[in-house]
Amino acid sequence: MRGESTPNGAVRPAAGAPRGASRGPDGLIGILTKIVLLGLVDAAAAYGLFQLAVSEEWAVFAISLLVTLAINWIYLGKKNLPAKYLAPGLIFLLVFQVFVMFYSTYIAFTNYGDGHNSTKEDAVHAIQLSALERVPDSPQYAATVVEDGDELLLLVTDPTGQVSLGGPEQPLEPVEEPVERDATGKAVAIEGYETLQFADLLNRQADVAELVVPLSDDLEDGTLRTQDGSTAYVFKPRLTYDAEADTFTNTSTGVVYSDSGEGTFRSADGQELGVGWKIHVGLENFERAFTDADLRGPLLQVVLWTFAFAFLSVLTTFALGLFLAIAFNRADLRGKRIYRVLMILPYAFPAFLSGLVWSGLLNPQFGFINNALLGGADIAWLTDPWMAKFSVLLVNLWLGYPYMFLVCTGALQSLPPDVEEAARMDGAGAWRIFTAIKLPLLLVSLAPLLISSFAFNFNNFNVIYMLTGGGPRFGGTTFDIGATDILITMVYKVAFGTGTGRDYGLASALAIIIFIVVAVVSTISFRRTKALEEIN
Amino acid sequence: MTTHTTTREPGVGVPEVRMPFGRWVREKGWRHAVAVLATLFSIFPLVYVLSAALNPTGTMAGATSLFTNVGFGNFEALFANEQRPFARWFVNTLVIGVVTSAATVFLGALAAYAFSRMRFAGRRFGLLTLLLLQMFPQLLAVVAIFLLLNFIGDIFPALGLGSMLGLIMVYLGGALGVNTYLMYGFFNTVPKSLDESARIDGASHAQVFFRIVMPLVTPILAVVGLLAFIGISSEFVIASVVLTDPDSQTLAVGLYSYVAQQRSENWGVFAAGAVIAAIPVMALFLFLQRYITSGLTAGSVKG
Repeated sequence: MRGESTPNGAVRPAAGAPRGASRGPDGLIGILTKIVLLGLVDAAAAYGLFQLAVSEEWAVFAISLLVTLAINWIYLGKKNLPAKYLAPGLIFLLVFQVFVMFYSTYIAFTNYGDGHNSTKEDAVHAIQLSALERVPDSPQYAATVVEDGDELLLLVTDPTGQVSLGGPEQPLEPVEEPVERDATGKAVAIEGYETLQFADLLNRQADVAELVVPLSDDLEDGTLRTQDGSTAYVFKPRLTYDAEADTFTNTSTGVVYSDSGEGTFRSADGQELGVGWKIHVGLENFERAFTDADLRGPLLQVVLWTFAFAFLSVLTTFALGLFLAIAFNRADLRGKRIYRVLMILPYAFPAFLSGLVWSGLLNPQFGFINNALLGGADIAWLTDPWMAKFSVLLVNLWLGYPYMFLVCTGALQSLPPDVEEAARMDGAGAWRIFTAIKLPLLLVSLAPLLISSFAFNFNNFNVIYMLTGGGPRFGGTTFDIGATDILITMVYKVAFGTGTGRDYGLASALAIIIFIVVAVVSTISFRRTKALEEIN
Repeated sequence: MTTHTTTREPGVGVPEVRMPFGRWVREKGWRHAVAVLATLFSIFPLVYVLSAALNPTGTMAGATSLFTNVGFGNFEALFANEQRPFARWFVNTLVIGVVTSAATVFLGALAAYAFSRMRFAGRRFGLLTLLLLQMFPQLLAVVAIFLLLNFIGDIFPALGLGSMLGLIMVYLGGALGVNTYLMYGFFNTVPKSLDESARIDGASHAQVFFRIVMPLVTPILAVVGLLAFIGISSEFVIASVVLTDPDSQTLAVGLYSYVAQQRSENWGVFAAGAVIAAIPVMALFLFLQRYITSGLTAGSVKG
C-alpha cells in the first residue's frame, strides 16, 4: 500500500527553522506527503470495505476496518514513533507470511480442493445448473441475443407474443417498453441494448451456447437456453433439489442423493455427484497421509529422501568448498583471481535455470554427457531411481559449492595464525593441524550457516523440480510422486498438479509436516547462534 | 573479502628464486590442478548452454560437440513466438524484481531504523520473531497464498490472481526478516551522535532518517536490494501459481513452460532464452561480487 513514498528529502533547509521545533512536524512537504499517502490508503481501504460489505464478508470486514483505523491512529498521532516506522513492513509480513501460515493450518483440516471449492449453497446451485435437459413438449421461444456492455442477454418472444428479457444474473421478466418486431412478430431489438448480428453470433458461438437464463428466481422452474441464437427452449435440471429434505432426486431414474457428511451428495449405492463443497474433516488429511496405502509408502520415502537430500547436499557442498578453500588459501598462487571468478559462476547463474540446463546435459536419450562425452553410453542419469538421486545431488553440488567455497575462505582467513604456528612448533603435521585445530574452529564459526543451509536445502524446490520433476515416478501409487521428490515438490504437485486433481487440504497437511521440521531445525540453530546474545 | 587483499602476485614485480619442479608440484602444482578441474566443472554446463543456444539444429539430440554449427536462429525464434512472449517476460521480471527489491529495501530500512534507534516495548521480542520467521520461506504456504489471492481478487480485481501487483505484494511479505536483520546490524554502526546533533539543529525524525542515516548506510541497502532482486528473479513456485496468463509471466515461469512438455524439441530456443535471462543477473553478480559475498557471510543463503 505505501510501497514507496517520496523521501522527505525536499524539506526546507533546517537553517531557518526555529530551534526547539525538533518534535514538531516535518515541514510542509513532509506533511503533504503524509496526507496524500494516508489519503490513498484510506481511499483504497474504503473501497475494499465497501466491496467486503457487499459480498457480506463480515469477519474480514471487521479486521480490515480495525487495521485501517490502526493505521490512521498511528500516523495521525504525535506519539507511536516506532510504530510509524514498523507498520508498513509489518502489515505485509502479517498478511503474507504469518497469516498464510495459519491459513495453511486451517486448510489442512478441510477437504478443500477440486470438487470441494466452495460452500454447500454454491454446490447446490452448480449441480442445478449442470445436467440440464430439455423439457419435453415445452413451448418454443423465438429468441434474439442482445448485449449490454459485455454481458449477453436473451430477448425472447413466447408463442403468445409476450416479450421477455433475461440474463444469467437476472431471471426472465416481461418487457413493458416498446420493442422492435420483425414480420413474424419476433422481437428483434430493444432500446438500451445492442442486438447481436449474424456475424457476431458466429464469432461468439461458445458464449451464446453457454448462456443460461433462469425462468424465475427458483432454478427448479427451469432455464432457457439457445444453440443457434434464434430459438430458445426450456431446460430443467435432471436432478431436482428438495430443500426440506436436503436431497437431490434424479427425475428420470428416481435415485435420491443425500448429504453424505463428507461434503458431497451421495446415493444409497455409493454414487456421488461431481460437485461437492468444503467441510471440516478434522485430522482426516493427516490420517490419510499415514494410513492410506496409496500414500503412506511413497510419503515415507519422500520424507526420508528429503532429510537425506538436505543432509548430503550440505555435506558434499561443504566438503568440496572447504577443500577448494584450503587449496586456494595461499597468497602467492598465480591466476587465483581468474580461477575464483570462473569457479563461482554457477552461483551467479539463476538457480531455476541450472536444473533445466543440467537436465539437458544428463538426458539419457539425447543428453550431451551420454551422447558426446561418453560416446553414446546409455546411462540412466534421470530415469533410474538411484541414479536420479545421485544426479540431483551432483547438480546441487554444482550449484552450492561456490557458496561454501566463499564462506570457508572467509572463515579460514579469520582463523588466528598463531594457533597454527604453535601446533607446528609442537610437531603437528599438516593433516593433524587440519583435523585437530582448523576444522573444529571452522565448524564453530560456520555452524549457523551450515544449519541454515540445511534448512534451505530441505525446501530446495527449484533444483528438484527443474531437473527431474520429482521423477522417476513410484510404481504402485496413483499420486504423481517419484524417487527424487522432496516434501515441498510433493506439496506443490498435490496442490497444483494436473494429474490427480488438486487437493489443497492434503497439500496443506503435508506443508505442516515441513513447518514442524523447520521449527525444530530453527530451534537448534537458535540455541547455537550467537547473534541472539548480541541483541541488546 | 579475499580478492582485493591477496591480489599481490609474486613474479610480477618481485624477482623470485625458481623452486625445483618437485617442490613446485607439492606446494603449488596440485593447487593448480585442483583449480583447473574445479573451473572446468563450474563452467562446462555454462559453455554447453551457450553452445546449445547457438546450435541451429534447435533440438537436444544430435549435438556431439560444442560450437560445431553457429547461428542465431534460436534467438530469432525466441522473439518471434507470439504464444510465448519472451520480451514481455523479460520486462515483467525486471519490473517485478526492481519494484519488489526497491520496496523491500525501503520497508526493511524503515524497520531497521526503528529497531536500531528507538527503544520500545517488544523490541527484543520483535527482532527475535523476525529471525524466527525468516526460517519459514513463503513457498511453504503457497496453497494458502493462492487461495488468499483468489479471495482478494474478488474484492480488488487488480490485486488478485494473475496480477503482477498482487505477486509483488506477496513478495513484500518477506521484506522484513533477514533483510531487516542485516540492516539493523549495519545501522548500529552509524554513530548515534550524528542523529542527536541533527535533532538539536531542528531536524525531525523523518529528516534524520532520510537525510542523515540513509546516505550513510547505502552499501547495505545495495546489498539487500541486490540479493532481493537475484532471489526474486529466480522465484518459480509462487510466480507459477499466481501468474497464469502468458503475457504477465516472469522468465522463470515462462522459460519453464518452454521445456515442461517438450524438453528436447524446444531445447535450442530454451537455451537461447536461458542465455539472455542469465546474462544480466550474472553481470550484476560479478560486478558487485564483493558486496554480495560480505552480505552472504553475514547469514543469508542462496543455492
